[in-house]
Amino acid sequence: MSSSMQKISQQLISAMVVLFGLYLVAKIYVAGQFVVALACLAVLAFGLFVYTSSRAYPYRYLFPGLIATLVFVVFPIVYTFTISFTNYSSRNLLTFERARQYFLDQTYTVEGGKSYAFTLHHDGHAFRVRLEDEQSTVFVSPPLALYKGPIVVEAQAPAAGDAPLSEPVDTKVLISYLPNLKLVSFHLPNGQLVSVTGLHQYGAVSKLYQENANGTLTNQQDNSVLSANMKTGYFETALGEQITPGFTVQVGWSQYSKIFSDTSFSEPFLRIFMWTVTFAGLTVLFAFSVGIVLAVLMDWDALRFRAVYQTMFFIPYTVPAFISILIFKGLFNQNTGEINQILALLSGLHPAWFSTPFLAKVMLLIVNTWLGFPYMMVVCMGLIKAIPADLYEASAIAGIGPITNFFKITLPLIVKPITPLLIASFAFNFNNVMLIELLTGGRPDFLDTKVPAGTTDLLVSFTYRIAFEDSGANFGLAAAISTVLFLMVAVLSLINMRLTKVNAQEAR
Amino acid sequence: MAIVLDKSHRWRVVFAHIAIIGFICLIMFPFLMIFSISIRPGNFATGSIIPQTISLEHWALAFGFSYQGLDGVLMEPQFPVLLWLWNSVKVALISALIGVVLSTTCAYAFARMKFMFKNHMMNGLLLIQMFPTVLALVAIYTIFDRIGSYVSWLGIESHGGLILAYTGGIAVHIWTIKGYFETVPVEIEEAAKVDGATAFQAFRYVLLPMIVPILMVVFLLAFISGINEYPVASILLKSTDNLTLAVGIKNYLYPQKYLWGDFAAAAILSGLPITVVFLFAQKWMVPGLTAGGVKG
Repeated sequence: MSSSMQKISQQLISAMVVLFGLYLVAKIYVAGQFVVALACLAVLAFGLFVYTSSRAYPYRYLFPGLIATLVFVVFPIVYTFTISFTNYSSRNLLTFERARQYFLDQTYTVEGGKSYAFTLHHDGHAFRVRLEDEQSTVFVSPPLALYKGPIVVEAQAPAAGDAPLSEPVDTKVLISYLPNLKLVSFHLPNGQLVSVTGLHQYGAVSKLYQENANGTLTNQQDNSVLSANMKTGYFETALGEQITPGFTVQVGWSQYSKIFSDTSFSEPFLRIFMWTVTFAGLTVLFAFSVGIVLAVLMDWDALRFRAVYQTMFFIPYTVPAFISILIFKGLFNQNTGEINQILALLSGLHPAWFSTPFLAKVMLLIVNTWLGFPYMMVVCMGLIKAIPADLYEASAIAGIGPITNFFKITLPLIVKPITPLLIASFAFNFNNVMLIELLTGGRPDFLDTKVPAGTTDLLVSFTYRIAFEDSGANFGLAAAISTVLFLMVAVLSLINMRLTKVNAQEAR
Repeated sequence: MAIVLDKSHRWRVVFAHIAIIGFICLIMFPFLMIFSISIRPGNFATGSIIPQTISLEHWALAFGFSYQGLDGVLMEPQFPVLLWLWNSVKVALISALIGVVLSTTCAYAFARMKFMFKNHMMNGLLLIQMFPTVLALVAIYTIFDRIGSYVSWLGIESHGGLILAYTGGIAVHIWTIKGYFETVPVEIEEAAKVDGATAFQAFRYVLLPMIVPILMVVFLLAFISGINEYPVASILLKSTDNLTLAVGIKNYLYPQKYLWGDFAAAAILSGLPITVVFLFAQKWMVPGLTAGGVKG
């Protein structure tokens, strides 16, 4: 390909990319997401600048990776902060506009209104609805997609020249399309509005809510007035009764004050926090202890078959964690689990691993130590190799035993370089949602809490349950707890960076 | 070390061997058990630890065949394990590939070029990779919910969305590859540029072939973390046929429907290939592990 051809094709491709990007931006803007559209436009403009200006050449290599990091890592973190200041939850899911529209779309069946028998007919890929009242007056709808979204359609009396409708669909098909039909109302030539009121019946309906000049909604059936409360995120009656669905509003610091001052939240929060710290701390301690002892053994020249042993020790690390955790879940099962069978044979004990809080915690620590020690062993082996051999030679001349060697030479020399790794491991286990979710699910639960909270829940699995398992799906509260956790992780990371830096300086 | 050894030394060696073998038995116990469970009949068999009768029913079910029990009852496979494995491999492969491409180009710019905000960006990346994604789950869920209402193949319930969510976590890879770039002498590219190569050509045809080993390591690490990822996949995927292995396989052990034997066979069938890849990769992975970062 000649260079001019290459240039033209390059320009063509970039023009196409830009056009496609503009199309997407326009689509997002039309959908009403002004801020998102603006952000996309900014990214597009920046991208165009980067790939055309020679001054921005280095950014050509950075652009895709940085955008991916910004959009899928940085933005979710910032967005979590934003959500924590709202009441976003399954009851307050919609925006104010959507909630208002929901109420305005509500209809009610008019007492004594006319009803129409209806049948559904195929028209190519579309459908037509045929309505007939008791006086055999017939109305037919235009072809409808019956896809989604509430719509109001004009239905007409059939004209003389129209092609006849196909056979009506059978009841089974009708039932499968009924949810979609419920979203379609027909506006008849006689001014009536009709909606589905039964399997074969359309009835006269009327809009339930009428919007007033000051933004309140008047219920046409009982004349009560709903006004939007921008503090609670609900439409409320004069008596303060909240009508669902609510909408998302800014609630300031109230999610945070819930965590720290409302005792029904702060009390379990504190208990879970204590267990989270205990769990992460003990896991690191146990895994490190086992790991360093094995590492020392693997460094012992007199021992044969060390390569084989080492591979065996590494195996728990190579099996995907989600599989080994589930294997343990089955083995620890109180009635059918093999661990209890063996314990019963040996000692007659039959511990209830999953329903006693203490035993559940012991089980978690056993499993997590099993999962974590190979990593610690590998890390320690690397560090032990770096210890000068003459130290051990000197101690051998002095006639000092291996135990003293371990505590006076190996451990003190390893502690410093390994501390950053231990802190990183602590931070990882502090947020080890997979282990908890797969093994205990946080259970056994506390019996005295408002939101579901378990004795083995970590803070992060607690937020996971609030957001994704509890039916209330309180995203706002979950985001607030996540933000608090972010701060804790940030503190740990800062300590860690400081230590790493100090170590690096000393090594110089 | 040339040291005079006393008699107690030999006993210590023997004792160490015994202790190590005992410990290996202990850590291997779950795997031996799971194998024995997978070949013993029934899902509730609470009999001997070593099975008396061998039955391949769980294996047949795991491979997706139906199986006729001794009492003549036809057993159908409950869950599509191989499909889940395929979903996992697909998502992990694509996201690892994208991740390697994005992080290699970024690392090249960081290692070789001078530009504004370079140090700020690098420190920013270092800081970002310390924050676990599990803390932003609510936001991730909402973002993909919104994306999905415009582009359904990138939203909730789509593998495209999951792949996108995974490709964001490349900060650590950028640092790893950048470190390797810095071990390659600059003179090699400069020679290529003197011969008339553009900056991109020097990168593509001279530098890239030299850093293939580290790209393999990063690819394997990204692939493995993709296979192992649980929290994000568990909130983005819901329908049975869509699940990845990490999210799907727990369905075997619901208290209401406890398929212990079927789980055992499925776990070995799907876990073994991944384990073999891990073991094969450990030679290259171990230096990466010790350099920083924890399994996750």
